[in-house]
Amino acid sequence: MTWSDMAPLLWEATGQTAQMVLWSTLFTVLFGLPLGVALVGADRDGLFPAPIARRILGLVVNVGRSLPFIVLMIAVIPVTRLITGTTIGTGAAAVPLTIGAVPFFARLVETALREVGRDVVQAAQAMGASRVTIVAKVLLPEALPGLIAALTVTVVTLISYSAMAGVIGGGGLGDLAVRYGYQRFETALMIVTVVVLVVLVQAVQSIGDAVSRRLTRR
Amino acid sequence: MIKVSGLRKAYGSVVALDGVDLHVRKGEIFGVLGQSGAGKSTLLRCVNLLERPTGGTVTVGGRDLTALGEGELRRARQGIGMIHQHFALLSSRTVAGNVAFPLEIMGMPRDRRAKRVEELLELVGLAGKAGAHPAQLSGGQKQRVGIARALAGEPSVLLSDEATSALDPGTTQSILALLKRLNRELGLTILLITHEMDVIKAICDSAAIMSEGRIQEAGPIPELLATPGSRLTDELFPLPPAEPGSVTITFTGSYSGRADEPVVSQVVRKFDVDVNILGGALEDVAGVSAGRLRVRLTGEESDAALGYLRDRGLLVEVASR
Ligand SMILES: Nc1ncnc2c1ncn2[C@@H]1O[C@H](COP(=O)(O)OP(=O)(O)OP(=O)(O)O)[C@@H](O)[C@H]1O
Ligand SMILES: [Mg+2]
Repeated sequence: MTWSDMAPLLWEATGQTAQMVLWSTLFTVLFGLPLGVALVGADRDGLFPAPIARRILGLVVNVGRSLPFIVLMIAVIPVTRLITGTTIGTGAAAVPLTIGAVPFFARLVETALREVGRDVVQAAQAMGASRVTIVAKVLLPEALPGLIAALTVTVVTLISYSAMAGVIGGGGLGDLAVRYGYQRFETALMIVTVVVLVVLVQAVQSIGDAVSRRLTRR
Repeated sequence: MIKVSGLRKAYGSVVALDGVDLHVRKGEIFGVLGQSGAGKSTLLRCVNLLERPTGGTVTVGGRDLTALGEGELRRARQGIGMIHQHFALLSSRTVAGNVAFPLEIMGMPRDRRAKRVEELLELVGLAGKAGAHPAQLSGGQKQRVGIARALAGEPSVLLSDEATSALDPGTTQSILALLKRLNRELGLTILLITHEMDVIKAICDSAAIMSEGRIQEAGPIPELLATPGSRLTDELFPLPPAEPGSVTITFTGSYSGRADEPVVSQVVRKFDVDVNILGGALEDVAGVSAGRLRVRLTGEESDAALGYLRDRGLLVEVASR
C-alpha cells in the first residue's frame, strides 16, 4: 500500500474520529459539568445539602466509572437506538462515548471544585451572594484552570474510547487500524494510524496544559 | 448596633456557644479575646448567620436576623461587611474585580460600579493596584483589598475574624490604623476577634473575654480595668502570681490624676512606709494611660497609705496572707 492509497483513508478516518470526539466532548461537558457541581453542592455542608441524593449520584457515577468501556458500549445499544434511531455510524458512536465519559468527567470536575477554598465561598455568602451566583461567579471561575485540565484528560480519554467505538460501526482511526492493520496485515498503515493518534493526543494535551497554565493566577 | 442574646450553637455533642450575650454599641470597636476553641469564630459567624445558631437571637441595626427568610437575610448581609484571616480573595479576579464583586451581587450597574471601586481603592490606599491580581500583592495589600471589598455595600457593621493574624507586626499596625480611621471617619461599628493583646490595646473601645463558649467578662475597657479581679487586666498587664501580702495597684481611666503622676513617691513622703516594687507595666489602652504596679508596703502606716491610694481613684488589691 502506497502513501497515495493511505492518505484518503487516513483523512476520512481522522475526520470521523474528530467528529465522534467533538460531539461526545460537547455532550460530556453539557451533562458532566452540572453533575460535578451537584456532587460538590449536595454535600452535607455544601451549597445545597442533599445527602441522600448525593449518595445516589455518587453510586451511579461509580457504577458508570467501573464498567469497562467495551461492555458499556454494548450495554447501551438500546439507548443509542432510542436517541439516534440507528446503532452504527459516528453519530451513534457518540452516545456510548458520552455515557462513558460523563461520570469520569464529573469526578474530575468534583475534584477541581473542591480545590476552591471554603473561605472564598463563605466570603461570598457573607456578602449576600445567592447559590447560583456562588456557582457561576466563584466556584467555576476559581476552578477554571482545574476544569480545563479535567477537560483535557477527558478529551484524551475520548480519543482512546473512540478507537473502540469505531469498531462497532463508528469508523475512525481505531477502526482503520483494526481493519487494515490487523485484519489485512497492512503494517505500514497501522503504524501511520498510531502515529496520527499519538500526535492528536499530544496536541490536545499541550493545548490544554497551555490554556490551564495561562489561567492560573496563584 | 449588634445585640446577641442567649446565643447557643452545638455541633452534635460539641457545644461551641453556651448562652452568649453581647452588646456592641454603635460606633465602637469591640474586641473578643479567648483561647483557641473558645468559640470566637463561631460567635462571629453567627452574627451574620453564616452559622445558624441552635438557639438565641442576633439583632444587627435593630433587625432580628434569626427571623429573616433566605432572600431577606441575603440583603441584610449586604449591609454587614466581613474580613477574613486569610483574606478570601478571588484569585481569578483582579483587585478591582474583587472589590466589584459585592457590587455585582447588589446589582449595581457597570458604570457606577467602576466609579465606586475607584473610590474604595482610594479609601484603603490601593489606588494604583486596580489591575493587579491577588497573587501579586503582599499580605497587607491583600487585607486592604479585603477591607475595600467589605466596605463596598456601605455597611454599618464590620466583622473581622483574626484579620491581622497572618500579618507581620508592622503591617498589623498599618491595618489597625486603617480600621481605626474607618471607624472614626465612617462611624463604622467593628466587631473583631483576635488573640493578640496588641490589637485590643491599639484600637478597641470595649472587649469581651470568651472561654468554653461563654463570655467571662465584657464591657468598656476602662471599666473592666477598674474591676477587681478582671481577667482582661491580667491579660493586658501580666504579672507573676501575687505573693501573700503584696499589693497590686491598677491605674485606669477613672484614676483622677495622670498615670505618670508620682503617686508612689507621694505615698512614701506622706506616710511612714517603705515601698518595694515587684513588677509592673504601663501602656496606652483604649486611648487612656493605664497600667499595673505590684509592690510590697512595709511600715506602721501601710493601711493609711493604701487608703490614700484608693482615695485617688486607683484600684488597690491586697493579696491575702
Ligand atoms: N463546623 C464545625 N463542626 C464541628 N465542630 C466545630 C465546627 N466549627 C467549630 N467547631 C468546634 O466549636 C468549638 C469552637 O470553635 P471556634 O472555631 O469558634 O473556636 P475559636 O475560638 O475561633 O478558636 P481559634 O482561636 O482556634 O480560631 C471548637 O471546639 C471547635 O472544634
Ligand atoms: Mg477562630
